[in-house]
Amino acid sequence: MDAAIEFPVETHSFQSWRCYLLEAKYELLRQVRQPAFVLPTLLFPTAFYLLFGVMLSRSAAAAEYMLAGYGVFGIMGAALFGFGAGIANDRERGLLRLKRALPAPAGSWLLAKMAAAMVFAAVISLLLAVLAYTLGGVALAPGQWLALFAVNVIGIVPFCALGLYIGSLVGGNAAVAVVNLLFLPMAFLSGLWMPLSILPDIFSRLAPVWPAYHLGQIAMKVVGHDAGGSVWLHLAVLTVVTVVFFVLARRRLAAAA
Amino acid sequence: MDTITQLRNDPRPASAPVPLAQLQAAHKRYGKVIALDGVDLEVHAGEVVSLLGANGAGKSTAIGLMLGLLQADAGAVTLFGRPPGALDARRQTGVMLQDGGAHGDLKVHELLALTRSYYPRPRSIDECVTLAGLEGLLQRRYDKLSGGQQRRVQFALALCGRPRLLFLDEPTTGLDIQARQQLWRAVRELVAEGCGVLLTTHYLEEAEALSDRVVVLDRGRVVAQGSVSQIRAHVGQRRIRCVSALAAAQVLCWPGVRAATRDGDRLEIVAETAEPVVRRLLDADPLLQDLEVLRAGLADAFIQITAEEEAA
Repeated sequence: MDAAIEFPVETHSFQSWRCYLLEAKYELLRQVRQPAFVLPTLLFPTAFYLLFGVMLSRSAAAAEYMLAGYGVFGIMGAALFGFGAGIANDRERGLLRLKRALPAPAGSWLLAKMAAAMVFAAVISLLLAVLAYTLGGVALAPGQWLALFAVNVIGIVPFCALGLYIGSLVGGNAAVAVVNLLFLPMAFLSGLWMPLSILPDIFSRLAPVWPAYHLGQIAMKVVGHDAGGSVWLHLAVLTVVTVVFFVLARRRLAAAA
Repeated sequence: MDTITQLRNDPRPASAPVPLAQLQAAHKRYGKVIALDGVDLEVHAGEVVSLLGANGAGKSTAIGLMLGLLQADAGAVTLFGRPPGALDARRQTGVMLQDGGAHGDLKVHELLALTRSYYPRPRSIDECVTLAGLEGLLQRRYDKLSGGQQRRVQFALALCGRPRLLFLDEPTTGLDIQARQQLWRAVRELVAEGCGVLLTTHYLEEAEALSDRVVVLDRGRVVAQGSVSQIRAHVGQRRIRCVSALAAAQVLCWPGVRAATRDGDRLEIVAETAEPVVRRLLDADPLLQDLEVLRAGLADAFIQITAEEEAA
């Protein structure tokens, strides 16, 4: 365009990778500074695991099952509350509008929030592993420990997508309420707290409706307590969930801004 | 392309600089509400353009279009001659939005560091502190600051990227006189360096203090534009005040008198030109005292322009 104004060379050669790092750092700092988020996010999965998986558990198998289940439960909370409710809050306070007005690269806040959720997922996963190893008597091969950790950290992605969609639909306070409505029932119905086989048959048949069931099954497979479904099928379902909710959320956010 | 042909048809000489930001016949509606109805607006380097208008006149919509936050339904919008969403164009702009918005749980120095990282050639932290008056605030959490302090932080965030174009959407709402004057000084300093500023404000004295050009919007249309004195001259009227026993109703019948009101022993008259009315006043009431004749301020001009629009 000959009508365009020339910019200094450094504008074009400017590498903005540093702002991605800072964005992620400060996003994590913001979340760490909210005790109302940090305490439940870290304490719920660890305290529940300590109670049901360690103190009340009757076998090593139960301790293993619950290690996998409470791991998924914990990271799901970090993703839905930190990511979903966080976005609803930011949107309500005009932060997303400001980010779009500032030359922040598109999506850098999204990546920053996801990185922060991953850090929380990693901490939850490590805390549970320490409890399971020291107090729960869980003995896994090094590869299994690593695989469980990876499932927990990467497993936040579909729940971030779900949280993003919720956060794009409703405001901050409402998002917390919606996430609460979804979070606990889904954890229970997906068999994250106890095997669905001890419940009436209908629970096992309805479970595949929930994304948490599929991530739970992958984690259970690592410790050898899954229901025998194909990993690829679970992965496919989680991928579809991720794509669908990201697309829906993107449309909502673009229309709302 | 539209933009280019229109620029070529521009009557100004070919050397006329490309505006930093430009709306050409911009239309925007929200459902049935028309927010902008064919608005032309330009901001050039080194000038302050003030957008004046009542709430809902379309000021924030105009800024939203130039920033690429909103899409125009019709007309052309450019920022540095580019589509307004372009990242390299946005890197030349700083912005202070009306509804503020900053991460409340971050400290001021963290907010500055983050915002500076978006820009290729940011100002130093010290420079930002001095310009925006943030002395002693860097280590404080944003949500623990007073409203006025938060507004100053937002101003610092707007200028920290060394922008060539600054959008200030009601920047001094909630600021005390001193803080307001400090912000005005800083804006003048930036303009002296060649920065262009688009300002919206409710405070007419702010527009008078800063603007090179004033654009008055009313219900989505430009109803007047020009320098502060041109806008003022648009309204030739004078305001005459005196202590007099004359009845307001009697004075109101005189030619050239638009309004006459009594407040205690004081008479206030709005006249098209002052001199004939003053002469007649002095003849009619030899005891008249405390005579004052005031030029219309921007406030009077503004009220009259929008009132004329409503009557039309």
